Amino acid sequence: MSLTVEIRKKLAAFDLALSFSSAQGTLGLLGASGCGKSYTLKCIAGIETPDEGRIILDGRTLLDTAKHINLPPQQRHVGYLFQNYALFPNMTVRQNILCGLRREPDRARRQAKLQEVLQLLQLQAVADSRPARLSGGEAQRAALARILVSQPQLLLLDEPFAALDTHLRDRLQVELEALLEQLQQPAILVTHSRDEAYHLCRQIAVIDQGQLLTLKNTDALFADPGSPRAAVLTGCKNITPARAAGPRLIELPDWGIKLTTQQPVAPGLTAAGIRAHAFDPAARTNYHPVAFERPVEEPFEWTLPFRWQGQAPASQPVWWRVPKRDLTQPLPPGLGVDPEQILLLYD
Amino acid sequence: MDWYPLWNSLRIAAISSVLVFFLGILLAYYAARLSRVLKGILDVILTLPLVLPPTVCGYFLLLLFGARRPLGQWLAQWGIRFVMTWYGGVLAALVVAFPLMYRTARGAFESFDPTLAYSGQTLGLSNTYIFWRIRLPACRQGILVGTVLAFARALGEYGATSMLIGYTPGKTATISTTVYQLWRTNDDAGALRWVLVNLAISTVVLLTVNLLEDRQKRTVRR
Repeated sequence: MSLTVEIRKKLAAFDLALSFSSAQGTLGLLGASGCGKSYTLKCIAGIETPDEGRIILDGRTLLDTAKHINLPPQQRHVGYLFQNYALFPNMTVRQNILCGLRREPDRARRQAKLQEVLQLLQLQAVADSRPARLSGGEAQRAALARILVSQPQLLLLDEPFAALDTHLRDRLQVELEALLEQLQQPAILVTHSRDEAYHLCRQIAVIDQGQLLTLKNTDALFADPGSPRAAVLTGCKNITPARAAGPRLIELPDWGIKLTTQQPVAPGLTAAGIRAHAFDPAARTNYHPVAFERPVEEPFEWTLPFRWQGQAPASQPVWWRVPKRDLTQPLPPGLGVDPEQILLLYD
Repeated sequence: MDWYPLWNSLRIAAISSVLVFFLGILLAYYAARLSRVLKGILDVILTLPLVLPPTVCGYFLLLLFGARRPLGQWLAQWGIRFVMTWYGGVLAALVVAFPLMYRTARGAFESFDPTLAYSGQTLGLSNTYIFWRIRLPACRQGILVGTVLAFARALGEYGATSMLIGYTPGKTATISTTVYQLWRTNDDAGALRWVLVNLAISTVVLLTVNLLEDRQKRTVRR
């Protein structure tokens, strides 16, 4: 799959101007609600038309406003899994899936494909039920089945787990990942959840206010998000202003400490991020005394807000997250950070 | 008893309901997609007959289609005359009953979940297929109610009908004009007979609606 997207659109809250291309595996669009990521998907599917832009999928031009090309959704061969799954309520699961097979002229082949996908997605038992009778997981599988039989060149997943109960989410994520892998189905996942993006995507594009912040391989993004806004979206809990104090040394004025880093500090540094799990009471480097505030208990973890000894009173407490079995009483007098774990953030 | 008014009323109501059905769906569908300003203007024009007294509607129809009016004269060349003919009653019923269908159908179209249409498009379904097989079935409740209301209104139409086609026994007489005519000529028993006929028809119509709604609820649950 190769996809090139360049779109511009004046929206009520901000101007959307995105340009990216992707060539491998599942691509994630990660961003807060209302950042324009769903709108981008709709442009790729042909449901929305941007003010100007160009969308090319595997060498096929789906949209080129300069050349007045704008294929209707029917001719784009792009599948779209809606957040609410959009199953046709007046049809059974079987009839819904047959809607995705209307391009297949041969009746026997249609039936064979129908049976195949019913089995693949374990829908035989509910094949003759209407969507209102399905559970959330079944509805998602039915909607996926309906799209997959139409053999899209690209599958668009718009917050596919948002409508599900939390206990279903993790299981269905694993199932979906295995399915996409098995079918070699190229896909784009839109999500505001960094966990979903991390599990399902090889590459992630981080979007904020209609702008692309960064597009990286998933591992690289989490190791080095690059900018403060991207760091927040990848779930970094502690971000604080920073300035260079040496080639591998940064000063954090709000926290009143200096930290050595693994990465060389480049000009233009504005902030540093440290993930809540990165602190270590046994670390030798970057060790500073701390004072703990009221802890927050979670089922298997402690969240322990603390302040560095010289920390500015107006600044937010720092968060340390630690598995319960790793925490020994009394609480340690200080915490350190591995220089590798410090995210250098530039604007 | 002369059954002509029954037959005439039923055919006027039936034909105008069929016309209202298609016109209402068409205009409601397009109105639901218009910008707010255009929709507001269209709304006022199309809903006016609902709030105007039917006699005023009849007056306007006479202004348009009267024998000495341009449009009436032009139509007369083709042998079409809406004044004092039974099919003039269809026109009167159409104008008066149309807003009921239009309003209910538009409400139904506006509450239709657009993602259903979008997902149909991305699956490769034609817009025609989506309209007839997905949009209309999803909106059938509103459309059904609109049609029945329009039919009932057309059946009971009096004001515009009496203005446009008057009362000619065996020619333009409908149930409602007959009731008035008989009562006016002191034939209370005759008037009562037609009142009972009217009640019977209305009851059958309402029972049919309830039956249809019940059946739909059951199929959705199944």
